[in-house]
Amino acid sequence: MRWSHLLLTAGIIGAGVLSACAPQIDDYAVNVIVLIGINIILATSLNLVNGHTGQFSLGHAGFMAIGAYASSALTIYQGAPLLQAMGGGVFANNALFLLALIVAGLASALAGLIVGVPSLRLRGDYLAIVTLGFGEIIRVIVQNTESIGGPRGLNQIPAFTNLFWTFAVASVTVYVVANLVDSTYGRGFLAVRDDEIAAEAMGINTTKYKVLAFVLGAFFAGIAGALYAHYITYITPEGFNFMKSVDVVVMVILGGMGNIFGVVLAATLLTVLNEFLRTFEQYRMIVFALLLILMMILRPQGLLGGLHWPFKGKLGKKAKA
Amino acid sequence: MDDWGRFLQQLINGLSQGSIYALIALGYTMVYGVLRFINFAHGDVFMVGAFAGLYLHRWFTPLLGVVPGFGGALLILAGSMAVCAALGILIERLAYRPLRSRPRLIVLITAIGVSLLLEYSAQLIFGPNRQPFPDLIETKLVGGLGGLVVKNTQVIVLAVTVALLVALRFIVMNTKMGMAMRALSFNPTAAALMGVNTDVVISFTFGLGSALAAAGGIFSCMLYPQVQPFMGVTIGLKAFVAAVLGGIGNIPGAALGGLIIGVVETMVVAYSDKIGISSGYRDAVAFVILILILLFKPAGLLGKTEREKV
Amino acid sequence: MKRTVPLLATFLMIAAAAFTGCKKTDSDAPATEIVVGEFASLTGATASFGQSSHKGTQMAVDEINAAGGLLGKKVKLVTEDDQSKAGEAATVVRKLISRDKVIAILGEVASSRSLEAAPICQQSKVPMISPSSTNPKVTEVGDYVFRICFIDPFQGTVLAKFALSKGWKKAAVLTDVKQDYSVGLSQFFKEYFAKNGGTIVLEQNYSTDDSDFNAQLTQIKAQNPDVILASGYYTEAGLIAKQARQFGIQAPLLGGDGWDSPSLVKVGGTAMEGNFFSNHFSGEDQSPLIQDFIKRFKAKTGEDPDAMVALGYDSAMILADAIKRAGTTDSAKLREAIAATKDYPGITGKISLDDKRNANKPAVILTIKDGKFKYVETVAP
Repeated sequence: MRWSHLLLTAGIIGAGVLSACAPQIDDYAVNVIVLIGINIILATSLNLVNGHTGQFSLGHAGFMAIGAYASSALTIYQGAPLLQAMGGGVFANNALFLLALIVAGLASALAGLIVGVPSLRLRGDYLAIVTLGFGEIIRVIVQNTESIGGPRGLNQIPAFTNLFWTFAVASVTVYVVANLVDSTYGRGFLAVRDDEIAAEAMGINTTKYKVLAFVLGAFFAGIAGALYAHYITYITPEGFNFMKSVDVVVMVILGGMGNIFGVVLAATLLTVLNEFLRTFEQYRMIVFALLLILMMILRPQGLLGGLHWPFKGKLGKKAKA
Repeated sequence: MDDWGRFLQQLINGLSQGSIYALIALGYTMVYGVLRFINFAHGDVFMVGAFAGLYLHRWFTPLLGVVPGFGGALLILAGSMAVCAALGILIERLAYRPLRSRPRLIVLITAIGVSLLLEYSAQLIFGPNRQPFPDLIETKLVGGLGGLVVKNTQVIVLAVTVALLVALRFIVMNTKMGMAMRALSFNPTAAALMGVNTDVVISFTFGLGSALAAAGGIFSCMLYPQVQPFMGVTIGLKAFVAAVLGGIGNIPGAALGGLIIGVVETMVVAYSDKIGISSGYRDAVAFVILILILLFKPAGLLGKTEREKV
Repeated sequence: MKRTVPLLATFLMIAAAAFTGCKKTDSDAPATEIVVGEFASLTGATASFGQSSHKGTQMAVDEINAAGGLLGKKVKLVTEDDQSKAGEAATVVRKLISRDKVIAILGEVASSRSLEAAPICQQSKVPMISPSSTNPKVTEVGDYVFRICFIDPFQGTVLAKFALSKGWKKAAVLTDVKQDYSVGLSQFFKEYFAKNGGTIVLEQNYSTDDSDFNAQLTQIKAQNPDVILASGYYTEAGLIAKQARQFGIQAPLLGGDGWDSPSLVKVGGTAMEGNFFSNHFSGEDQSPLIQDFIKRFKAKTGEDPDAMVALGYDSAMILADAIKRAGTTDSAKLREAIAATKDYPGITGKISLDDKRNANKPAVILTIKDGKFKYVETVAP
């Protein structure tokens, strides 16, 4: 058995064990840990797009929103009949939740496809603004759709999320991304990131890799959104605005674009830091902003960039005119 | 008011809103033209300009006593533009210059960082609340146009936008500095070899662009007298779309783009019931336009397709 | 080996985080204090509301402690900031309940954040009192969730009744689609107004932070309404009024308690004269209770209290009153006592909680005259 498979299994079992211990841990800690898990998923999925493939996406919160709303619409409106059909009880609940997660992922993946198509022709700056625009459009659409609550939000979402689901999904996400990056696909992503024109010239179908990156990133973001929705049990369009996308971007940048371990660490660190620095909220964003600027000037490869993870960091070596 | 009258009125509304977008778009397009980089923080310089105007008015009105409306407004405008020009040059010096040879993505992230820094610092310093902006010029309706409502401030803003546009074009086409800017936009290396002092030209560009943003801020406050730390976010994005619509790097294009977006937005709201979508979709209009233009004519309305050389 | 480290790291981090001192501890609250939790938006987009509400609550707690506390113990107020952000309310409320072991929660001003916190309070059986969330769904979450303000259906109806009573038959509605408060208010206004002889001639929308309303106002002007409902917050209301007057629209504007702020007149200026809005209390009310409150607040902070301050104050006082009546901080008994609140003389009116745990109390209609809020009339439920 390959190492990675072993560890994936360990991750999932670990998640299960943790979940079983949950009643022993106080609610607040559980809250923070779940948020850590969700942020890990968000950061890793964005890393695939921004870090490994070099496509700068600023609309990740939009994909999260789609996943959150799609899964909630399912569990709220179709939940009861489906649970009945499955015979009720814990098994049915979890099966429904799994279905909801998959629906969330697919819905967001579809959105990722829609966003990915225009991205084909665009570079760097333009792409960033377009993805931002898509994120905003998604938010505005949700806000104007009364059937999913509009600005008043959606509440009474069944609380299906627990530590098991969060970290099982997180483990799967990290596993998939790590394996992907280490495969032929990974080479493709990196080729696109390093020099798109050269890659095309070498016969690599850059279109395919760019769209794949977007779709996968969106898929996992959607699942993260579903997990979030079924934990907080109340979602509003405002919770998925540009600032949320920025939060995830900061995690990816801090961790080092393209560095899976770094990004997981950054996600954890930033979530925990948010709790400790709650009293300094006024300064939090200022500190983040300064951090972004300083990091870009002094250490663009992120906190752990130097570990050459998993490939030698190429950032900083190419200079486009 | 009949349908035709209403249409004209909405057109005026749209042009008035659009002229603000145009002013800010000018700055975006200039900086992009010379440096090939989107200054994400531009919208926030607009905000700083508005606040500068607010505080200048607060501090200097006692000093100036009662300077006749127009003169006082002009002084405040000039003061605010100067402050923002300085700010723009400072930002360029500290945050963008060290990254000049780096990939565009890194500079973009830095720009986002600068933008957030400006927004949250403003929130810390000025407080998160909206504050009223004083009336620099008394708003009067321009008479004699039948049922149409046109405010003198709207006319002033539109006129000044056109004037600034002409002045900008003059600077770029007919002055030595303008020639240097154009040289830099064609080929920075060659320009440097030809003796152009790159640093000075870039600083000048930033300063000029920021001054324009400040003007946008003051005029926006003339039309909509309210300031708050995040006022530059949405408007900055829409102005960016305007610049792209007109052809990024193209100065008249930016103005055109701004006016078009202003009018389209207003029309969407005005005829929202006929189109069948809620007027709450107003903000999405600019982004839809952006996506459409990038899909069908990425060079923009007045731009030329650029060949990327490797 | 490359893939293993990320997974291992993920796993290790879970383990580490889980055991960093978060074993569930039994309730060991010091017997000398009653700990009450408050969550509010002290920073962020709606900071002004949160700060006002907090000031009122804090003053109430200070006064209670100065008078000897409750049940012989001092009251400790633990306040957490939810940064006006979604997701944060749930986290801080969980912290207040599980770490600070509060016996009750006060908050929040915004319905969206109350909706986030309510299920948690309900599940943990910690009574929650919202000072000013008006979305009906908040108290529907469960019987441990209360509010001491009126709800959107009531406020919308009040405004509609008032408009009809003034003989205004044609109304235009301008809604802030980004705010659930505004959407709710508009909805209930429209319902009552249309059912009782009025006609809604036009509905228009805008978003929070918009500054240009010319397009919407042009449409509205063409319909020539008798009155315009601007159901959003004061942040846009001032500009709306100004632009409406510039367009030559003479019809008065109507608003809800979201208009309550000194900024309203500062931005709106003379355009605000003659407009009306519903509120929880009027600073003009000559009753000694209110005048004394205003004096005390001014002495403490140097500012005049707004409705949020008054509501924050009342929410804490009602909680204190319930604790006194229950004679204990036991959650079930406390819940009973709060639910039984009847005719409590609050700053914001005589408050009785109905069986839906909403406050049954009158609203006041205020108008703006000479730049000040003036009392017009009281509308009973």
